[in-house]
Amino acid sequence: MTDAAAATDGEPLRVILAKLGLDGHDRGLKVVARMLRDAGVEVIYLGLRQTAATIINAAEQEDADAIGLSMHNAGHLTLAPRMVNAVKEAGLDIPVIVGGIIPDEDITELLDKGVAAVLGPGASTDEVIAAIRDSVPS
Amino acid sequence: MSTEPSRAAWEEAFAQTPERDVDFETMSGVPVEPIYGEGPYPGQYPYTRGVYPSMYRSRLWTMRMFAGFGTAEDTNGRFKELLRHGGTGLSTAFDMPTLMGRDSDSEWAEGEVGHCGVAIDTLPDMEDLFADIDLAGVSTSMTINGPAPIIMAMYIATAEKSGVERSKLAGTIQSDIFKEYQAQKEYIYPPRPSVRLITDLMRFTSAEMPKWHPISVSGYHIREAGSTAAQELAFTLANGFAYVEAAVAAGLDVDDFAPRLSFFFNSHIDFFEEIGKFRAARRIWARWMKERYGAKNPKSMLCRFHTQTAGVSLTAQQPENNIARVAIQALAGVIGGSQSLHTDAYDEAMALPTEKSARIALRTQQIVAHETGAANVIDPLGGSPYVEWMTDEMERRAEEVFAHLDELGDGSILEGVYEGIENGYFVGEIADAAYRFERNVNAGRRIIVGVTDFTDGDEGQKNLLRIGPEVEEYQLKRLASVKQARDNAKVDAALAQVSADAADPTINMMPSLIEAVKVHATEEEVVMAMEKVFGTYVEQAIV
Repeated sequence: MTDAAAATDGEPLRVILAKLGLDGHDRGLKVVARMLRDAGVEVIYLGLRQTAATIINAAEQEDADAIGLSMHNAGHLTLAPRMVNAVKEAGLDIPVIVGGIIPDEDITELLDKGVAAVLGPGASTDEVIAAIRDSVPS
Repeated sequence: MSTEPSRAAWEEAFAQTPERDVDFETMSGVPVEPIYGEGPYPGQYPYTRGVYPSMYRSRLWTMRMFAGFGTAEDTNGRFKELLRHGGTGLSTAFDMPTLMGRDSDSEWAEGEVGHCGVAIDTLPDMEDLFADIDLAGVSTSMTINGPAPIIMAMYIATAEKSGVERSKLAGTIQSDIFKEYQAQKEYIYPPRPSVRLITDLMRFTSAEMPKWHPISVSGYHIREAGSTAAQELAFTLANGFAYVEAAVAAGLDVDDFAPRLSFFFNSHIDFFEEIGKFRAARRIWARWMKERYGAKNPKSMLCRFHTQTAGVSLTAQQPENNIARVAIQALAGVIGGSQSLHTDAYDEAMALPTEKSARIALRTQQIVAHETGAANVIDPLGGSPYVEWMTDEMERRAEEVFAHLDELGDGSILEGVYEGIENGYFVGEIADAAYRFERNVNAGRRIIVGVTDFTDGDEGQKNLLRIGPEVEEYQLKRLASVKQARDNAKVDAALAQVSADAADPTINMMPSLIEAVKVHATEEEVVMAMEKVFGTYVEQAIV
């Protein structure tokens, strides 16, 4: 495990990775899952067709440090804020990070609505890990 | 069509089709022959050099641009625009809820209505989609798989209402379910009932719609999901063999339906590898159809395919560079002998194309067709030591995969494909390849211009096509008004018939599906009527 992949408590970072809704593009999410694993992150890969409820449930059971969502269907402005709100309503303090196809002009809106970080196509392993690390509350 | 591999036989076959009325000469006025080099010649088994004797000397490929967004009316406008600009076939993209068999008012659909394609809930939507387009005069491709028989039923009902008999309809419906479990992940039912639906569709079109292609066996999505070129080739053709075995098991004669199978490949950026792949695809399909499946009709042996440039190769950074990528990929598709071609728009890494970017994409293939001379000579790279070697190498790698699947299926490719879906073979191979590629990029071993290197000058994305919330609002109202106006007793009876037919595998589903959409049952209602019997498919989340 690299230092970068450790949470502040010294334990490895635990990250949920999921696709929300109907979107079936899972290439990017799988690549990120393997990248993170190779870097020492503990990945809980939920895969396709998840709902806010199934993700919250997994986050609680797995004591996750962060939730990573991959979005390729232009539904992010609806679905990502909904996930953020669901996390809050569940009383959890877990950052929601979004990756995938997000037009530049939408990034500010997502951040304003509580998304912790937005990763675009071409993000490197280091950038992904840094985004998670910077988002996890210390 | 001649199967004799002689030059004389080819010349005779070539002479039977009139050539296009253009000057077949270079820019400098040097006349060029239709073919150079050795046989077997185009149109001769095993068709490595082309499926037809004259290829683009007599007719250019179909420039078929994939389109769909927003409401049916929006897409209808784009269709008419493409036809006006010289497009010669329609190709329909549906939104994600439609592809997954969900209506626009489903809770799963929220935020996705009309975003990745057009939203179709009921027959009136389909009627809007093709309004004022003569369905007897165009060929239409519809990219849908899980609910394909329902959408097919809507298309037939739309045509018949406008006075066009179903036997006159020309086009393709993708309905390739295997690659959904392997790559694209837009499945509804488990594999076996899904294959039953597809064999019903094949039987129905074989009997009633002679100009229709009931399956487009698609490698495109396998490649986009991360496979190599050889895996795309191998998995796609293996899926094709599996459909052949399924149809034969359902009592069809191979020569009755195989001529209506068509294929769909990706054209990626490694120019010579792609051309080798296309050539190998024709040769492998011909050999297997003849030798393994006993096809007698040469048309059963023809691997005819649509090609689309590689969406996944488009970059969000410096998006204008994508025009160059698309041009190279389009040229590979043409030199590879595609029957139709879609060229991606440069802004598609981030959004659906705008009218302007879609027009540039079409212009790109028009430049390949009319300026480059690539359409003057058939298989112009045939005989090149590198391209011939690459063709052989693609074939060798594909044969290794077929041997594995044959073993998995105990002598049946169909069972091998089912097993490979169930045991995660396909998704695992594709994910491994995708990860290998990404690691190479990350490690600086593979350059992507504008992304990993040469990154100066990115002005970002401008003028992206945005689908506003008004599409969802419009579609919800439209669906509500259709539901209110219809006769619910008729809908209930039609849906009960769908469920009853689903429970009896000896009955063809198509007639009851057509009846159900005619009384304005929604797509999701029909999906659910079958789901009661078929169940659903949930994939194991494996990384």
